[in-house]
Formats: sequence, C-alpha cells, structure tokens
Amino acid sequence: MTEGLGLVGIVLVSHSEALAEGAADLVRQIAGGATVVPAGGAPDGGLGTSPDKIEAAIEDADAGSGVVLIPDLGSAVLSARSVLADLAGETTAQLVDAPFVEGAVAAAVAAGTGADLPAVIAAAEEARDAAKF
Amino acid sequence: MDTSAFRAWVHESARLITAEAEELTRLDAAIGDGDHGINLRRGFQAADEMLDKAEAETPGAVLQTVGRALISKTGGASGPLYGTAFRQAGKSLADATEVDVARLGSSLEAAFNGIQQLGAAHEGDKTMLDALGPAVTAYQVAAEGGADLVGATRAAAEAAERGLQETVPMLARKGRASYLGERTIGHQDPGAASTVLILRALATVAAGEAT
Repeated sequence: MTEGLGLVGIVLVSHSEALAEGAADLVRQIAGGATVVPAGGAPDGGLGTSPDKIEAAIEDADAGSGVVLIPDLGSAVLSARSVLADLAGETTAQLVDAPFVEGAVAAAVAAGTGADLPAVIAAAEEARDAAKF
Repeated sequence: MDTSAFRAWVHESARLITAEAEELTRLDAAIGDGDHGINLRRGFQAADEMLDKAEAETPGAVLQTVGRALISKTGGASGPLYGTAFRQAGKSLADATEVDVARLGSSLEAAFNGIQQLGAAHEGDKTMLDALGPAVTAYQVAAEGGADLVGATRAAAEAAERGLQETVPMLARKGRASYLGERTIGHQDPGAASTVLILRALATVAAGEAT
C-alpha cells in the first residue's frame, strides 16, 4: 500500500473516442474503485490521437501515486511518448506495452488493491501472457 | 536566415503540404491508413495560423511554436514526429537571431535525432528518416565544402528526393504499413514524401524564391 496518497491511475489512449470510453467503462465495472480515464480520438473527435487529451487525462488520473498509460496502436504510442517527454520530471506517468483491454483490466484490478506503480505496470505487462481461454 | 525567413519556411511548407495533401493521402492509402495528407495539412495550417498570432521573435521560438502546434493539432503519428523534430530543431538554435549554414545544419541533425528517438526507427525502415537522413548528410557535406545556405539547402532537398525514391523497394517496419509486410514494397513512403516537401520549402525560402 502507498500511504497517504491515492491509487495509481490508469489512462487508456486510443485512436477512437468510443473505444477508449467503452474500454474505460468495462474496466471500471470489472475493477471497481480504480481511476480509469479515457483519452481517445483526434483533437477534433475523429479517429486519431491527441497529446492534449492525453495530458489532461494524466492530470485527471493522477492521485499522487503515479499513472499508467496503456496505448492501443501506433500513434497512440508516439503521442503518449511526446507528452511524457514534455512532462519530464513533472509526472510519474509511465507508458506500458500491454494488450489494451486485458492490460487495462489487470492494471486496474492491481491499482484498485492499492498496489504501487511498479506492481501495476507489472500486472499490465503480464496480461500479455494470459490466455483468453 | 533570420526570424522572418523561418516564418516564411513554415508558411511555404504549409502551402506545399496543402497543395500536395491529396497526393500524400493517396500514397498513404496504398500502405497506411490514408490520413497522412489530411492530418498534416490540418497540422501545418494550424501551425501557420498559430505563428501569425505568436510573438515568436527568434528562429528557435518560431520552430518551437510550430512543433507545439503540430503535436497538438495533427491527430496522426506524423504530429508527434514532426512536432518533436521542429521542437528539437528550435531548441538547438537557442536564442540565436540569425542562423548561419553550420547552425542550420546542427538544427536539421537535432530534428533527425528527435524523430529517431521518438519513433525508435532507423534508416531503411521506410519512414520519413529515409528522406531526412540523406538530406542531413548531403547538407553537411555541402556545408563543409563551402556551400552557402542556398547551396546546402538545395543539396538537402535533392538528397531527400533521392531518399524518397529509394523508399519504393523498401519493406515497411514501422506504423500501420508494417502490418502489410511485403505488400508495402513498390510504394513510396508517405512520411518521406512529406519530408521532401518541407525540405523543398526550406530550399525555396533560402533561395529567396518563396511566393
């Protein structure tokens, strides 16, 4: 447990606003308690990614214990990296290479138990090896 | 090159990208997700407009403003990539008010390094680096051989064009195109194509020929 601080936050970065929001709904339902913030879609709401939305989502998700960013594909990774490079030193947010849905669920479940940032990152990464059935 | 020349570079880049947006999108539709021209036109137009309102008083400030606009407004992978390139180039110019041949060469190199670091790509992966890499090298060779800004930027633009042609037989290893594997062979890389336009704009402005 981290003392005196909130839970690790989760940011879901997707090319689609609907995908990010839908995944966040699903994850909150499964892993109640964790803070899951969607950052989906281009600046104009179309398909794409928006560093401004990602930055705002990090701020919303940050309760003092760090933030995990889970990207869907391609430019989600680049957009997230450019935001993190900008915030260097001002945030503990970290980009994690994990499957979008399973990684988000695993991270949120871990975060909901009060796990610290390295443990939440590990949970998201381990989701890659979990068989679906 | 002074601050107004750098502003002219951005303006000319926006003009060329707007004019070629359909062609860039056509290239991207062949091997990517078909939004490169649309995204980049939106990004560069936003950058050009933001620059009209911004007080950027040094070449470095101009490039950093452009970088922020591209990152914020583009919407695709090219936004963070070109945005980082312009910001790193801008940072390397610090507070200089006049940029000479050598200084511009280091800023182009900073742009290359910024893209390479963010995208974790290498020359030969069929990306914008395949145009920018040869351009930076040709620029530096020309500059070391005594070329002025006109000659060095022309050498860079020509090398970028050759680099673009060389992306045709390459196999894409980055981005959406990498999912297509060998089907990417035989097509120009759209990112390399837009890099050619930006460097052509630079050469045009350096030669004092911008419209």
